[in-house]
Amino acid sequence: MPKDGGIGASTKRREDVRFLTGKGRYTDDINIRGQAHAWFVRSDVAHGMLNKVDVAAAEAMPGVLKVFTAADFAGVGGIPCGWQVTDRFGKPMLEPKHPVLAEGKVRHVGDPIAVVVAETLEQARDAAEAVEVDITQLTPVLDMKAAIAADAPKVHEEIGSNLCYDWGFVEENKAAVDEAFKAAAHVTTLELVNNRLVANPMEPRVAVGDFDSAGGMHTLYTTSQNPHVIRLLMGAFVLGIPEHKLRVVAPDVGGGFGSKIYHYAEEAFVTFAAKTLNRPVKWTSTRSEAFISDAQGRDHVTKIELALDKDNNFTALRTETYANMGAYLSTFAPSIPTWLHGTLMAGNYRTPLIYVNVKAVFTNTVPVDAYRGAGRPEATFQLERLVDKAARELGVSPVELRRQNFIKPDQFPYQTPVAVVYDTGNYHATMDKLLEISDYAGFEARAAEAKARGKWRGFGVAHYIEACGIAPSNLVGQLGARAGLYESATVRVNATGSLSVFTGSHSHGQGHETSFAQVVAEMIGIDAGQIEIVHGDTSNTPMGMGTYGSRSLAVGGSAIVKATNKIINKAKKIAAHLLEASEADIELKDGKFSVAGTDKSVDWSGVTLAAYVPHNYPLESMEPGLEETAFYDPSNFTYPSGGYGCEVEVDPETGKVEIVAFSAADDFGNIVNPMIVEGQVQGGLAQGIGQALMENCVFDENGQLLSGSFMDYAMPRAEDVPFFKVDHSCVTPCTHNPLGVKGCGEAGAIGSPPAVINAVIDAFHRAGRTDITHIDMPVSPARVWSALNG
Amino acid sequence: MYNFEFVKPSSIAEAVKALAEEGAQPLSGGQTLIPTLKQRLNQPDMLVSLTGIAEMKGVKAEGGALVIGGATPHAVVAAEAAARYPALAALAGNIGDPAVRNRGTIGGSLANNDPSACYPSAALASGATIVTDRREIAADDYFQGMFATALEEGEIITAVRLPIPQKAAYVKFNQPASRFALTGVFVAKYADGVRVAITGASNDGVFRWTEAEEALSANFAPEALEGLSLSGDNMISDLHGTGAYRAHLCKVLAKRAVSAA
Repeated sequence: MPKDGGIGASTKRREDVRFLTGKGRYTDDINIRGQAHAWFVRSDVAHGMLNKVDVAAAEAMPGVLKVFTAADFAGVGGIPCGWQVTDRFGKPMLEPKHPVLAEGKVRHVGDPIAVVVAETLEQARDAAEAVEVDITQLTPVLDMKAAIAADAPKVHEEIGSNLCYDWGFVEENKAAVDEAFKAAAHVTTLELVNNRLVANPMEPRVAVGDFDSAGGMHTLYTTSQNPHVIRLLMGAFVLGIPEHKLRVVAPDVGGGFGSKIYHYAEEAFVTFAAKTLNRPVKWTSTRSEAFISDAQGRDHVTKIELALDKDNNFTALRTETYANMGAYLSTFAPSIPTWLHGTLMAGNYRTPLIYVNVKAVFTNTVPVDAYRGAGRPEATFQLERLVDKAARELGVSPVELRRQNFIKPDQFPYQTPVAVVYDTGNYHATMDKLLEISDYAGFEARAAEAKARGKWRGFGVAHYIEACGIAPSNLVGQLGARAGLYESATVRVNATGSLSVFTGSHSHGQGHETSFAQVVAEMIGIDAGQIEIVHGDTSNTPMGMGTYGSRSLAVGGSAIVKATNKIINKAKKIAAHLLEASEADIELKDGKFSVAGTDKSVDWSGVTLAAYVPHNYPLESMEPGLEETAFYDPSNFTYPSGGYGCEVEVDPETGKVEIVAFSAADDFGNIVNPMIVEGQVQGGLAQGIGQALMENCVFDENGQLLSGSFMDYAMPRAEDVPFFKVDHSCVTPCTHNPLGVKGCGEAGAIGSPPAVINAVIDAFHRAGRTDITHIDMPVSPARVWSALNG
Repeated sequence: MYNFEFVKPSSIAEAVKALAEEGAQPLSGGQTLIPTLKQRLNQPDMLVSLTGIAEMKGVKAEGGALVIGGATPHAVVAAEAAARYPALAALAGNIGDPAVRNRGTIGGSLANNDPSACYPSAALASGATIVTDRREIAADDYFQGMFATALEEGEIITAVRLPIPQKAAYVKFNQPASRFALTGVFVAKYADGVRVAITGASNDGVFRWTEAEEALSANFAPEALEGLSLSGDNMISDLHGTGAYRAHLCKVLAKRAVSAA
């Protein structure tokens, strides 16, 4: 292993030096000479006719350069949607226009109506108060089931319905699934809500537009998880700017959790305004604004049913889900409740027949899109709550019912009835590991001790599967994606042997700069300190699809491996020339090329120098230099899985649920940096626990956001989570990517909510409250108290 | 934030004079006022800072009472009241986070009288005297409902005098998001009886639970509260809990406070 960390080393994160010393360079740190400031005037009603926007008074205010309204965007496209879902009748989803600024109607609190651009931010805010907006309020569409009634008010009149699509999967299996339910010995049914969440990354969104009128070059600095995708979507579909005249830079980004994947109106606005005004234009979201303008997560209402035979084998699964799209289709919104949700409904089980129905609904709320896990937490929550409920109904152990129905280790690759093929896994192993690290055997004693203190203790298990490493481009194309999902890398070896690795992935907290360098260091056998990872700027990185879906190491890392292999192959040819040996005899080990069976060798920098100072070099057969680019398109998803165990104590007097222990046994395949993996799992667990116990995005009957600040939106804090026991020693390497890695970014948020709720229900049942079979998230003290006191 | 004038007097007299100006508002620790200004929900012409007035700072014992300067930050109370009035110190030490505790002041909290703030329950349960630049007001007369107090325009809380109880405890149940008191109960036992003040629960702000006081004055034990209950009808109902839940919490927390005292 290289001395400061190759694959498998818990190398400290190099990027933390700048983050922890205040040297990070975030988008809001970018200030361009002559920059003007934008302030958005947003709708304060959920649904209304936008009769008039009078900007005359505002434009006369001090410092104001211009006030923009929809009229200024007449020649501009709408914000595009990147995924088209086909419904169960073969028709494409309904796809309403999403204007940059509201046209004729406002459709959610926060919908942008006008933008003031002024010399200073305070002048822009002052003038924004002088923009006169005349709105006739309409009845807001909020409840999803009511929204699809024929006589419901319409969010978008021009598409005629609030039902975006009615999706069935696998539609051909529906009749067989219904038959299996008729033949079932037992059916367990559960209705549940997956609560809407606000992503709340530490850094709110920021966008700075710049325009070089001499060269006709646009630059957008933005808080994005995928600058290349923003360049493609905004350039091609909104503003009509060809890629070579548009540079998108996402510098240091302070967390995203999905909310910074999408192309937002504010990005298009500052880019457009910078050219219109011939001035750099900057917009920085306030935290309050983030609550009403960042895409939100989850918000599903589901009925799920499980059929079992007389021996407790799962025979069929059937679901009906209402998925909230909000007022407009965010970039990847249609794919979340369908292809990232329905395909996961087999879970870890051999259930032979599955039918998933999803109705996606427009409402007068903030748009909903992917949030850490995206579809997979929703699937896992339903399934793992349902299996737990089935076990209680049947009087069997939730652990044993799962184990009995798990796909067996010798059944991989496993074709599920919901299209996907799991390449590897060993669910029995992760379940066993979980029971070991959580001291499941000792639980009864701990429960008795808690009871003596007046606390109800419960133990809950969940076992998840996720599909990561998104994804084979040809497959997702068939499923409606309007983009490919490969990843890319350019490895540039410098003359003296150091390397610059340019990746299309984007790091916003994941630690790519460290772990990607570890991969290359391991492959070449040099010090990781000689390797710089460069990301986030479309002008110097190859086209990449960005970071989400736990894909960066599995897809982006694989592209780096491919490009590095090309480098090594060429370097071996150079070494063979220098050593006057056959290329086939050249071995690379610990940064040194040697001729097999001899003591002849040349070190890495000797070869790299020869590539750039080619005095002794096979110029007749090979170009000088050492730089390679590779694109990697995966052949399958990756399938991380794991067993999670949550131990809670319920205070029956106050209803407060405390998580006293939490254990996670994950199979992520091979691990590059165990410390970073553990950090990812811990962060994911905290977010999942946040969803389960605390976080809730609530709109009132008028569509006003009640939880619109941290005074009412409860974010988990350190004191709300226990010290986690995290284990990733169960390893079944991915079979189809070169590193054998699966991805770890979302697992914690996927597996933890059902483990928490199962633990709460377990505590209730142990205390004799077997009448309570489900409780919706977040399990706040007030909600527990209401459940216990009718 | 809109523009405003800013003055930082060094004496109470100067502050009173400055506050007589049209559109002047006092600024103590600013933990409520500054966020309000940032959201443009308030437009004072002038802010008169009270944090530069030495005579309004500090914690000292006077007879059987603790006298705390109106501009004394929570962190100072937490440290300096710990020996003589540990329940009060614990309350102060659990308000907000360290940044809040180093800026927010007792006078600011009592003048604002947020229905979910902690300090009003301590002042009311202690039978405190609110000392202003012009008079002394008994806590029982001072609190007049949500965000409403007996203070007149321009009147400054210069000190708070809290009689030190024989036993006391404050039990706070956090609102999950803000960590203000979803409900908080302060129980204080004096030679002449027990006082119980509750914050976070009522639509009328902090209040005394007189039935509990009578029961506890007769028998200072959690069991004394067994048969009592409060109605949730006039209690705060929001996304964090109904009035009925808050009414239930009042009793649970009161019992815990008695146990902890």
